[in-house]
Amino acid sequence: MIEVDGLSKRFVVRHGRFRRERHVVDAVKEISFRVERGELLGYLGPNGAGKSTTIKMLTGILVPSAGRVSVAGLDPSRRRIELARRIGAMFGQRVQLWWDLPLVDSFELLRHIYKVPADRYHTQLARFRDVLDLDPFLHTPVRQLSLGQRIRGELTAAMLHGPELLFLDEPTIGLDVVAKQRVRDFLVEINRQEGVTVLLTTHDLGDIERLCSRLLVIDHGSLIWDGAIAQLKERYGGERTLVVDLEEPAPPLDIAGARVEKVDGPRQWLRFRGSASELTAQVAASARLVDLQVQEPDIEEIVRRIYAGER
Amino acid sequence: MRLDWEIAKRGWRRYAAYPWATVAGIFTNTIFGFIQAYILLAVYRHRTDVGGYDVRDTVTYVWLAQAILMTVYVFGWQELALRIRDGSIATDLVRPLDPQRYWLAYDLGRAPYHFVFRGFLPFVFGALVFRLHTPSPLDAVAFLVSLAVAVVVSLGFRFLYNLSAFWLVDIRGVMMVSLSLSLFLSGMVMPLSFFPGWLGEIAHALPFASIVQAPIDIWLGKHHGAALAGVIALQAFWALVFLGLGRLALRAGSRKLVIQGG
Amino acid sequence: MVEPVLLWRRLVGAQVRSQLQYRVSFALDATGAFLISFIDFLAVLVIFHNVHRLGTWSVREVAFLYAFSSISFATTDLLIGHFDQFPQKIRDGNFDILLVRPRGTLFQVIGSDFQMRRLGKALQGLLVLGFVIGSLDIPWDAGRVAMLVVMVPAAIVIFGSVWVVGGCLVFWTTDGGEFTNAFTYGGNFLAQYPVDILSTWLRRFLAYIVPLAFVCYFPALYILDKPDPLGLPRFVDFLSPVVALVAVAVAGSVWRFAVRHYRSAGG
Repeated sequence: MIEVDGLSKRFVVRHGRFRRERHVVDAVKEISFRVERGELLGYLGPNGAGKSTTIKMLTGILVPSAGRVSVAGLDPSRRRIELARRIGAMFGQRVQLWWDLPLVDSFELLRHIYKVPADRYHTQLARFRDVLDLDPFLHTPVRQLSLGQRIRGELTAAMLHGPELLFLDEPTIGLDVVAKQRVRDFLVEINRQEGVTVLLTTHDLGDIERLCSRLLVIDHGSLIWDGAIAQLKERYGGERTLVVDLEEPAPPLDIAGARVEKVDGPRQWLRFRGSASELTAQVAASARLVDLQVQEPDIEEIVRRIYAGER
Repeated sequence: MRLDWEIAKRGWRRYAAYPWATVAGIFTNTIFGFIQAYILLAVYRHRTDVGGYDVRDTVTYVWLAQAILMTVYVFGWQELALRIRDGSIATDLVRPLDPQRYWLAYDLGRAPYHFVFRGFLPFVFGALVFRLHTPSPLDAVAFLVSLAVAVVVSLGFRFLYNLSAFWLVDIRGVMMVSLSLSLFLSGMVMPLSFFPGWLGEIAHALPFASIVQAPIDIWLGKHHGAALAGVIALQAFWALVFLGLGRLALRAGSRKLVIQGG
Repeated sequence: MVEPVLLWRRLVGAQVRSQLQYRVSFALDATGAFLISFIDFLAVLVIFHNVHRLGTWSVREVAFLYAFSSISFATTDLLIGHFDQFPQKIRDGNFDILLVRPRGTLFQVIGSDFQMRRLGKALQGLLVLGFVIGSLDIPWDAGRVAMLVVMVPAAIVIFGSVWVVGGCLVFWTTDGGEFTNAFTYGGNFLAQYPVDILSTWLRRFLAYIVPLAFVCYFPALYILDKPDPLGLPRFVDFLSPVVALVAVAVAGSVWRFAVRHYRSAGG
């Protein structure tokens, strides 16, 4: 569905009031990956890492500086309009609906922009009304919708023309727990039922854990991880943390097989691999222990470590 | 005083942050300057004097008007009205800083930026193509003083019509009328000396003439000695009138805010 | 050919419905546009208070130019918008949304800036025109009527093309929204007056290269049966439609070039 080969994007940024200093930024550096039809994958990275730039190149908004891209068999930057009919896109913080009009009017307009045949449009809409529960606000002007309702509207707008591939940029940002769950359920549903390939960028690791089987991580323009979440945990999640409370503040403990990550008064954080009980025994031997706790790495922690450059 | 200085710096920086807007504005002012200059030059094919202006006076007028257009800001301004409408004025009023003083300081920080960066170049472009009037050193100094007072008159007027937002849901109507009046009667669109006698007299008697016509006439050396001082005094009078009215209106508006909760 | 027009009508219809929800604002804005338009016209009258002729042009003849320019300006503004919202669209990334839709970007930009308040200015132009045509002694014949029918669409296309080119500057400097004013309001200001009063270099540039003289000046020479003060051959009076076609082709290329720049520089 998506084939990316050595894809790069270089921007010339100019600094100073009147753009005197030129300054080259490699927003995306020679990344390569493939996405098969029907995958649901997450695209992760800190702000400014190159996520949006990649998505813009995949959707045909930006022209790559180097490398090869093929989306649904098309070169996005050359065949933008043809591609646009076959993909859907939703940018969480931007409104593509008509602000002052009832939600359903936006759908009508998009139907004509995408030239969706009437019968197909009506079946599609009926389905989304049901799955996303749009009926209570279908005739409400978009400006009066809650964020959650609006996002449901935006998702429908992105899916009305029946795209094979859906790009989502931060689809759950700012949503409450219930609304988030609804969006996630919807994505799983269209992915499983219709085989729509979904690529989503997010900062919300809950999205990743619940939705994606595969994860791409980009940082400073380079792809630093491409693989299953389980593998990621195995690889980066090997270390656990032992939090110990000592009777009184002490210098960092010196124990073989563990290293002190942080000291806060009498509390210390030790990173270790292997058995927790062995380590506990060693700690107890070298200091007076009051309390302890073992922390398992969660995905947030893992991602933090990846960003921090622990490879 | 220190506080006013800080506020004024904010006013300057707000506009200095967008240098390309300045370039674009200079371009637009220059285009308008050329068209306007040639239109009025055509008038002088048949005459040598219009209302005491010779051809050089008139062309100088056109370029000076383009140069000070942004400085005296004869444009729709509604920053204050928007604060009143969205209710932020309530927080402004509880601060130990008078809103009128704030906006005056802010505008007096903005105006020098526009004078230097929006005024200088269009005038130079005009001077490269046309022979413009050079003022005497005294007139040049008096022009700067007069221009500074003109900024206060303009702010006083803008402040006043913005306050109508306390009573009206939508001030666009008021703004359009105010804008039309001040553009036309200040001499921005056409020198007041071109106006038919009665209309010219009315325009000269109104405060708007203090915003554009007065400083330009001083540059052109149309006033001397006591008359020169008189023109600036009249400008100062109108500045005080607008500020005074603004003060009264602000008091009435805040009273309304307190009683009716906005 | 028909389908895009129908879609354009739908897009416009959507905006009309949006704007009708704010009737008071619409009424105020339209009235304001109507009133403020008279300032330009007052300026024309003030000039003619001081002279009987501007070059070879009488007040009625200049008013004729004025009215046609105003109507063309206002209609162009109504139909394609004057790109004043465009810098914002680029800054907040909403232009990207247009790029992921299966339609031309210029078409979508034009279709998304329909403001009914601009009717106010059109109405003012019509009023002045009605008054002027009534007071001018025009030798109406088939040719002149045909010219009248052709000149307004041609003027709209020329204005529109010039504005599109001006709007393209925004792709390079999003702070430079003010540039568009030179092209829109500046173009209208120029077209309201006879171009023969301009100096040669300015006329060559603004009237012929930026083809604003073909908006009103040349067609008006023919309708008013005036000899060209510049002594250009008579057939130039009929060139507006041709110039309009060239202008629209140029504008299209400039737009494509600008969008290509945007898509490789990343806005």
